[in-house]
Amino acid sequence: MSTLTPTRPPDSRPPAQADLTSGSLPMWAPWAVVVGCAAVAFGVGTALGWRTALSAVVFALLVLLVLPGVSYATEGRRKAMDRFMTVVVSLAFSLAILPLLSLLITVITNGIARFDIEFFTSDMTGVLGPGGGAYAAIVGTVLITAAATIISVPVGVMCAIYLVEYGKGKLARWVTLLVDVMTGIPSIVAGLFAFAFFALFFGPSIRFGIGGAVALSVLMIPVVVRSVEEMLKLVPNELREASYALGVSKWRTIVKVVLPTAAAGITTGIMIAIARVIGETAPLLIIVGTTNAVNWNLFEGRMASLPVFTYYSYTIPGVPPQFGVERAWAAALTLFLIVMLLNLLARFVSTKFSPKTGK
Amino acid sequence: MADNTDIASSATTGHQTTAPAASGASAVTPSQVSVDRPSVDETEGAREAHHITGVPQFDVDNLNIYYGDFLAVEGVTMKIPTRSVTAFIGPSGCGKSTFLRALNRMHEVIPGARVEGSLVMEGQNLYAPEVDAVAVRRRVGMVFQRPNPFPTMSIYDNVVAGVKLNSRRMSKSDLDALVEKSLRGANLWNEVKDRLDRPGSGLSGGQQQRLCIARAIAVEPQVVLMDEPCSALDPISTLAIEDLILELRDNYTIVIVTHNMQQAARVSNQTAFFNIAGTGKPGKLIEYDGTTTIFTNPSVKATEDYVSGRFG
Repeated sequence: MSTLTPTRPPDSRPPAQADLTSGSLPMWAPWAVVVGCAAVAFGVGTALGWRTALSAVVFALLVLLVLPGVSYATEGRRKAMDRFMTVVVSLAFSLAILPLLSLLITVITNGIARFDIEFFTSDMTGVLGPGGGAYAAIVGTVLITAAATIISVPVGVMCAIYLVEYGKGKLARWVTLLVDVMTGIPSIVAGLFAFAFFALFFGPSIRFGIGGAVALSVLMIPVVVRSVEEMLKLVPNELREASYALGVSKWRTIVKVVLPTAAAGITTGIMIAIARVIGETAPLLIIVGTTNAVNWNLFEGRMASLPVFTYYSYTIPGVPPQFGVERAWAAALTLFLIVMLLNLLARFVSTKFSPKTGK
Repeated sequence: MADNTDIASSATTGHQTTAPAASGASAVTPSQVSVDRPSVDETEGAREAHHITGVPQFDVDNLNIYYGDFLAVEGVTMKIPTRSVTAFIGPSGCGKSTFLRALNRMHEVIPGARVEGSLVMEGQNLYAPEVDAVAVRRRVGMVFQRPNPFPTMSIYDNVVAGVKLNSRRMSKSDLDALVEKSLRGANLWNEVKDRLDRPGSGLSGGQQQRLCIARAIAVEPQVVLMDEPCSALDPISTLAIEDLILELRDNYTIVIVTHNMQQAARVSNQTAFFNIAGTGKPGKLIEYDGTTTIFTNPSVKATEDYVSGRFG
């Protein structure tokens, strides 16, 4: 038993409570420092007649210096570094989110003026001053984007299936490389490609919706391939093996096990790809053009589309310019909402499709 | 033929005490497969594999398994009897899982994997060029280490996955009957009969594994391969699976890889010990005999060391 109660030298360290809680700022202190810095920055700013943005920058820098300083004096080096990094991360986050908020607010405040029933029900036929709407542009955008999706999704998904499930060796490496290169194609080049391609068949005066869809597909396919590829890679090999072990062929395994398991991610990827191309202006300017009246036929004649509508409404607003500019903002807001709606839809679909845990 | 070699080597080494391998039963007794080793008492193996009649389920002759240029398993020669439990034991990396997966050509899923030698199932070499690997797997099912029910499917759909994925037409009542029969066969029916439409991934680990067994036997294979089916399970679930294996033995040939030697001793009729000489060397079949013999009176020193815990 003697081994259980050895004689030890007395513990020279301070008692735990004093040691573990010493040198830490109370919870409210950092906030007090932030408020103090704000008061100083905006106070001095007002006194010297600075613009608000400049005061905000001074405020940020002040917090960046003062809070770690206070912390270093009272809490020590490690916690001071922690506070410094916290401030840096918060600032970086604000820097990223501020443009988005600003954009959102600007588009909504400017676009709301013409965001009315007439905007969605009338086209631009015979409109010179007030009134008119983006009906034709909305129809065009929906049709062209839908056609682009119908072209891109099968090609993209099958390409991804090839890369993940079948591809090996040189060909797969080349396909991957080309997909990467395609990701970087400027949209104007895609538009020129579509124009050059169709001009071969129909002459240089060709303008139609399907050409725009082809141009958008060039931009969309690499995005679809990339995202679907990643999703297919996430499907555990065990599921493929489980299916093989039941005597299911490879193709059926892919169609009935792999794709359903990855359906949620694939849908999200496709939605993101659609959001990527729906706002493209340049290719549509070249191959689709624009028009005032509604055109439901993808295969004949110019079509209006929201990005091009926005562009022309803003650059050639008419006289007086007010009405055209208002329509441009409303069209921008519409496009914005369509993309938002697509994202929400993607969320909904992915929760509906994703594998159920049953818990 | 391998039998003759066995008998010849047994005779020359003189270890064979009784019951010379003359009858049909002892001809397929899984005893003494490596030609360069002394024989052991064959009656023991014969007793344990008493139900063997006719041709063995698998007749493996000098099988080499490669991954690319790497020889993973070398020179396996063994006969696996029908409707019995055969266990593969051995240290990690010794090729027992690779060999198991070669039995239904599952290892081909890995690029570059190939075999040399012959693997005959009921008179048909499974590696003959005209044999379809997909058809082989319909006859030789498999249960994996980690339970892997299809996450997008309900319990019901998981059980009939083999039928549905192959797009075979079946009436609803036949499907219902198949589900009940398979789940009863896997001892899972009473636990899940009220929630067949719930996702299979919502079950506990042990239940999921039994669901996977039900899924495997629903396509009515002749053989069920099990690759460490209990290594991710708690002792109670393990017991449930082991009981199930003993029941399945009446209708299926079971081949099981396990790291748990008590498990091998509890459930198997024959045990094969695999070992590896060193990293990068191929795995080899060291000894194959009746389970009791392997665990009480093995003929090779390495086997004795392994089963008694003295290794390394």
